[in-house]
Amino acid sequence: MTPALLYGLTAVALCAIGLHGAMAQAHLLRRILALNILGAGVFLLSVALARRAPHLAPDPVPQALVLTGIVVAVCVSALALALLRHLQADIGRSALPEDGAATGTEAAGPARDA
Amino acid sequence: MTMIALAFDGLLALTLIVLAWRTLASPDLHQAVVLLVAFGLQLSLAWVRLDAPDIALAEAAIGAGITGVLLMGALGQLADSADSAPSTPGPGAAIVPLQDESQRQHGTGPRVLLLLLTLMFAAALGTAVWQVMVSSDGLLPAVQAQMPASGVAHPVTAVLLNFRAYDTLLEMAVLMLALLGVLALSRTANPSWPEPSPVLTALARGLLPLVTLVAAYLLWRGSHAPGGAFQAGAVLAGALVLANLAGAPALPAYGALLRSAVALGLAVFVGVALVAMSLEGALLEYPSAIAGGLILLIEASLTLSIALVLTLLVTGVRAGETS
Amino acid sequence: MTLIDVVSLASLVACAGFFLAGTVGLLRFPDVYTRLHALTKADNLGLGLMVLGVALQAGSWAVALKLALIWLLVLAASTAVSHLVARAALRAGILPVTEVSLARDASCQPGPP
Repeated sequence: MTPALLYGLTAVALCAIGLHGAMAQAHLLRRILALNILGAGVFLLSVALARRAPHLAPDPVPQALVLTGIVVAVCVSALALALLRHLQADIGRSALPEDGAATGTEAAGPARDA
Repeated sequence: MTMIALAFDGLLALTLIVLAWRTLASPDLHQAVVLLVAFGLQLSLAWVRLDAPDIALAEAAIGAGITGVLLMGALGQLADSADSAPSTPGPGAAIVPLQDESQRQHGTGPRVLLLLLTLMFAAALGTAVWQVMVSSDGLLPAVQAQMPASGVAHPVTAVLLNFRAYDTLLEMAVLMLALLGVLALSRTANPSWPEPSPVLTALARGLLPLVTLVAAYLLWRGSHAPGGAFQAGAVLAGALVLANLAGAPALPAYGALLRSAVALGLAVFVGVALVAMSLEGALLEYPSAIAGGLILLIEASLTLSIALVLTLLVTGVRAGETS
Repeated sequence: MTLIDVVSLASLVACAGFFLAGTVGLLRFPDVYTRLHALTKADNLGLGLMVLGVALQAGSWAVALKLALIWLLVLAASTAVSHLVARAALRAGILPVTEVSLARDASCQPGPP
């Protein structure tokens, strides 16, 4: 069990958690969090693959790509949060209409929704 | 010694997975955001363990720092506009735990199906990772062979700004597109930060010159050691956001000067690319005699632009200036 | 193991003890203010001992000075952050847990929180 394999398998778990969260969560802010975790899993997998030869220096190409990816991920988060603010100003909820409106639990009050 | 290292790696991996799971499973949104910031910091440790110090620097500054501020600012704005009518006005509203009942509203059938699909995906990807983790050189020999011609001494910087410079150029364009999108969507004024404490103002006043020095050092260091434009830009953005929070906005109004500074990084990069094309015949093919100097020029303008873009993403512009 | 190694190891073990104390305090103390108090143990003395232990292994004065500078910066930042968190908590109306408030909660009398 080399560190690369260990972190590679961790990355798979993070991808699964993030993917499940992005699909299952109704609240859009939580979906943004899940996408961040999915992105972290993908980056971790790339850098773990860059470390496949423990006796050599790490492969710099995946590291450079992941560096680019981190900056792009923060831009995606910022744009997604701006869209979320815009959506909430429009419809008053932080979930898409098909994800929370139909089951009636919103009777708990829009005041608690954020 | 390797048993201790493996135990440490295993503990770190477990911490990452538990943090990620708790982030998405916690009912309180504030707690979820804080857990994601903690996750980012643990991830920085993982980058160090995987011998990727450049990524560790960037993750600590961008992934944990800037993303944390973005999310907490968004939480504050969502709480304000939720009209929950708390008894204490202003910033106190944000400390009430934010519960949302819109969690887990799908029926049992779709939830089980989703869980099964996720487990199948994890099993397939895990098997693929297990099989592909054989010792392999990757692109390391190719990079090392071309290092003398790259103009810098650090492989990651060489890949970022010479061998794969096109990706970095497009990434700068993505940064600016995101800024344009966020500014176009800002229909309300800046969130009103609470009145700053004199302690915060003193801290910001003391830190801003020091952090500028650290950013310049990281920028210069990128040519021969872990560092570079992204880390320097992110650190500088952190200081500018801190100055903003301290009530002393360090940036001018969003006029021609600021816009030119934001566009400077991409403009210099494209300019160098076109000049290189006219000299050597291929886009971004630096003449090897001045490659080091060109890379430093590009990195310096990239640092400024990245710092400004990240700061503006967090703070926005004052109302009425987005035209 | 030379003397420097022994001192280094001792300070790192002591640092771990301080961090453990800070973490237990964070988890177990009753309100924001006492938790902040517990965290300062980890931030100030805990980190200082860690810097001492690592700087002894550094091998050059430049690296040791950089580590000391990191410790000073963390001191300044954590001080300011503790002040800001306590200030925000006070403004939100969170009062410290005292003997009086504990007694009142135990007897279930209505009153100000």
